[in-house]
Amino acid sequence: MENAVQPVLRCTGISKFFPGAIALDEVNLELYGGEVHALLGENGAGKSTLIKCMTGAYRRDAGVIHLSGEEVSPANTKDSQALGIGTVYQEVNLLANLSVAENLFLGRQPTRYGFVSQREMQKQATEILQEFGLSINPAELLSSFSVAIQQVVAIARAVTLSGKVLILDEPTASLDREEVDLLFSVIRKLKERGLAIVFVTHFLDQVFEICDRATVLRNGRIVGSRILADTTQTDIVTLMLGRQLESKVHDRVVSEGGKKLLELKQFGKRGVIDRFDLNIREGEVVGLAGLLGSGRTETANLIFGVMQADHGEALLRGEKISLKAPRDAIAHRFGMCPEDRKTDGIVGDLSVRENIVLALQARQGWFRPLQRSKVNELAEAYVKALDIRLASLDMPIRLLSGGNQQKVLLARWLATNPDFLILDEPTRGIDVGAHAEIITLIEELREKGMSLLVASSELEELVAYSTRVIVLRDRRQVRELKGDEITTQNIVHAIADEKTDQALRETA
Amino acid sequence: MPHGMNATLKRIMPQLVILAIVLLLNVLVFPDFFRIEFQNGRLFGNLVDVFNRGAPTALLCIGMTLVIATKGIDLSVGAVMAIAGAVAASLVVDGHGWFTALLGALAVGSLCGLWNGVLVAMLRIQPIVATLVLMVAGRGIAQLITEGTILTFVNEGLIHLGAGTVLGIPTPVLIWMGLGAFITLAVRRTALGMLIEAIGINESSSRFAGINSRVLLVSVYLISGFCAALAGVIVAADIKGADANNAGLWLELDAILAVVIGGNSLLGGRFSIIASLIGALIIQSVNSVILLSGMPPEFNLVIKALIIIAILVIQSPTVKHALYILRASAQPIQPFEKTEREEPTQ
Amino acid sequence: MIRSTHLPLVITIATFVLAFTLCAWQYPSMLSTRVVANLLTDNAFLGIAAVGMTFVILSGGIDLSIGSVIAFTGVFLAVILRDTSIHPLLAFAIVLAITVAFGASMGAIIHYLDMPPFIVTLAGMFLARGAAYVLSTDSVPITHEFYDTLQSLYWKAPGGGRFRLTGIFMILTFLVGVIVAHRTRFGQNVYAFGGGQATARLMGVPLASTTIAIYAVSGGLAGLSGIVFSLYTSAGYSLATVGVELDAIAAVVIGGTLLTGGTGFVAGTFFGILIMGLIQTYIVFDGTLSSWWTKIVIGGLLFGFILLQKGLTWATTARKKPATDFAAQS
Repeated sequence: MENAVQPVLRCTGISKFFPGAIALDEVNLELYGGEVHALLGENGAGKSTLIKCMTGAYRRDAGVIHLSGEEVSPANTKDSQALGIGTVYQEVNLLANLSVAENLFLGRQPTRYGFVSQREMQKQATEILQEFGLSINPAELLSSFSVAIQQVVAIARAVTLSGKVLILDEPTASLDREEVDLLFSVIRKLKERGLAIVFVTHFLDQVFEICDRATVLRNGRIVGSRILADTTQTDIVTLMLGRQLESKVHDRVVSEGGKKLLELKQFGKRGVIDRFDLNIREGEVVGLAGLLGSGRTETANLIFGVMQADHGEALLRGEKISLKAPRDAIAHRFGMCPEDRKTDGIVGDLSVRENIVLALQARQGWFRPLQRSKVNELAEAYVKALDIRLASLDMPIRLLSGGNQQKVLLARWLATNPDFLILDEPTRGIDVGAHAEIITLIEELREKGMSLLVASSELEELVAYSTRVIVLRDRRQVRELKGDEITTQNIVHAIADEKTDQALRETA
Repeated sequence: MPHGMNATLKRIMPQLVILAIVLLLNVLVFPDFFRIEFQNGRLFGNLVDVFNRGAPTALLCIGMTLVIATKGIDLSVGAVMAIAGAVAASLVVDGHGWFTALLGALAVGSLCGLWNGVLVAMLRIQPIVATLVLMVAGRGIAQLITEGTILTFVNEGLIHLGAGTVLGIPTPVLIWMGLGAFITLAVRRTALGMLIEAIGINESSSRFAGINSRVLLVSVYLISGFCAALAGVIVAADIKGADANNAGLWLELDAILAVVIGGNSLLGGRFSIIASLIGALIIQSVNSVILLSGMPPEFNLVIKALIIIAILVIQSPTVKHALYILRASAQPIQPFEKTEREEPTQ
Repeated sequence: MIRSTHLPLVITIATFVLAFTLCAWQYPSMLSTRVVANLLTDNAFLGIAAVGMTFVILSGGIDLSIGSVIAFTGVFLAVILRDTSIHPLLAFAIVLAITVAFGASMGAIIHYLDMPPFIVTLAGMFLARGAAYVLSTDSVPITHEFYDTLQSLYWKAPGGGRFRLTGIFMILTFLVGVIVAHRTRFGQNVYAFGGGQATARLMGVPLASTTIAIYAVSGGLAGLSGIVFSLYTSAGYSLATVGVELDAIAAVVIGGTLLTGGTGFVAGTFFGILIMGLIQTYIVFDGTLSSWWTKIVIGGLLFGFILLQKGLTWATTARKKPATDFAAQS
């Protein structure tokens, strides 16, 4: 960290362009040996792109990378591995059907007389794993171990192959606390060895626990770099969520909404989200705030029956209902635009027209097809009302832009005339124009008496349309903000959880 | 609907062109190929034979098209044909009427399809594995029913289904065309077709949209079993006996080929039953060329293999991509075809 | 030490032992070297082909062409030995070169044209069978003194069992197969392939050469199987060994290999072959049971093993070993 020390890896002016978008804009990053460097930012901020440029998975459009003072230009991940840059991803990129030892040594197995020596491989594997604090039998299948151990094995492979820079892309996303401790003990050991470690995560507590420095990206730009010992969680959250966090007072009428529509009592699922109570009234927009992994999407999925709750009950207008599958939810006039549009939302090869009527048709049943004229009427009406831009209703939806795809998905649910609409990240990856239109639409729908539950990482957006905001942290509801309390500042404070923040600092 | 007609025509154009070429080859090697005569109250001619001999494959590929549209495959149809033929034969031998025999065979075939569907949709066993079980055991079951013999019968009604005519047209032709038309209408005039395609393209999205994918999956395998049973009855009726060893042997492969030649992706999604049926006719016409050309029949398989390889290579994603690049470099891409490339989220 | 992964193999072996015990209990005469020797001799060609199929299935693929390749090999040998005067050993070498090249080209098409193995090897199945027809539609007898010599080689065990060369050949093939699968980088790459192609590539497994090698091995072993089959029948017939690919697949699955790839053992296939052979032997011994029961029982076994594997997969994903039990001092 001192200027005298030469950085292990220095990125200067890295830029990456996608058609119609700048993913990285002249990003500079320096990594020092023996430091854990957090790379932070919300989805779409450019973290993945930066990592991919560093490891050669993407070809950068501008910029220079120096490794130990020498300019390098890895053409692919294998290249960067050989140069000394190893990467470990959230989904462990190892082979679950092979043993731990085989995973460690795939492609460079120790041989005797030309044959792979299993015994030698086990022996070396045991030694390597011991260095990482694991005393497991390397002959066992990788899949028989927990994700945390798999992560450590992946790190061990990456470090033995590379050994200068280690990039950890959300390694803790699916780990519980004890497993995180195991992983952190390994990271600390590697730090002592002098590796430069990049740590990407959404868990701020973990950042403050393990990292020395943090660099925050937003919209493809570096918006700040902090030495963590001298900074607070609020500072980092402000950098991440950005814009000016003006304490704009809410000028909306405090509407308690109409009659109670949906009531969830002690709803929850073990290991996914803690039990919570939630009431939703007619004509209100409930916002779900929280960082990624805080339980926003999980809450939405549970209510829509994508995952089944293992505790609690749901009452619709006072009557108990079961939400075992999306079909149940849809039968009760729910609708949901999921977070991942590509895998859970659009049916790529079907036409825009078909995508619009899909949910309505599924609810009607197979043998009561919608009249072609009715389908056209519906599709055209929504294309017009939502200003969906397309060449033809017959074109496959995958050819539309992200914003237009999202509008089609909204149209799909509006066509079913829902009472309750769940929107998970409705504005992610959408251009500015469509962004504003979707926000306006949410307000219009609320005024018409529809109930909405909106999960979003865009705080300003939540502030703009929510009548209530529920803040989640670590898979738990931690605050509910109403009326005038709804400001970006308050949400940030609730997310950062100043109190625990201070408590941590005192014990440290 | 002129619009729908145009779209269908556009979709099946490549298959029609290939069929036309193969039929033309038939004429080249046998100038009288298209001559159709009406004798003894029945149409005769090589073209009629193509339609008649192609009936089993055509029937199988109707169900197979739906199964493949859901990203599945049904390897058991050949064995189900043998079972259905055996059931029909044993029923008429036991003195039941031809209609009872037909119903019995169709019921057993549908039951086989149901079994496959439950393995795939409920137990979530990979389709190729799930249907392999019945493919292996099916012929044994058929032999069990016929007790190892070729069970012959003389029931006129049943024989009529395979060897008879209605208004001069061979019954099998009417059956496959009728069933093809019926299923096409059934899936296209209802929402079934769209929902099947939705499952094949993206099952997760389909589930989010409220589609009951399990029931649909079971249904397509059931339809496939039904079609196989019908094909089995026709084949048995044609030879007036149920041959558990040879009825429908390797026809599942012909049916899959017909679907693939019909331009349907083995990865599921958009499907066209009509195109598959034309695919079945193409396969039968190729057989006909080889037969009529007087070439030794031993060349049959080699030529068939070469034609199939040629058709498949043209349809392979790599070749398609290369062609697309060629075309794209020749002329600018339409603006709307630019898909938005977002930064992949982690 | 038994690893959890060995469970399917253990169950296969246990099934075989149990079945054999039951058979021997009912027909004590089955407990003879004669029966064992015949079990090996009669299934030698199938076993050799099944080794190739095991590699293909372990890699997540499938090869439908092997039955046709076996028939082609037989006809090719019969015709070339009839029409020319070359030594059978040279003929063996030629035919092996052809079948290896045939498999390799199927692998190349699968990889470079990005087409499903199912369809490519289906076309290969037609092509090889067609080529056999073109060579000869009749059964061509093989009469060569070298063949007589090879066929007369056997070891007579006490009890009257004749362990012939072909059976020994199959066992050798299995031994080599086991070593290649577990003790070579190629073998490890095959397993890696079955575990996930994208991940395997990220970890540095060469895709093109591995795919081509896998199908070349399968083609070559089908060729070897064809040679053994021609020794077994002393003839080449283009209509022979129809559907052997199905038997081979069944043996692989009953042997505990996952049809989805990545998990299984070459040794398991050996016992899969023995189980299937045993069923046939039992039916012959019984005399009253009809031959079709073979297919039904094999189908039932297939179903049982598929369910078993499904259950094991569920069980292992549901119960992961927690990290804390294994974390050392740290």
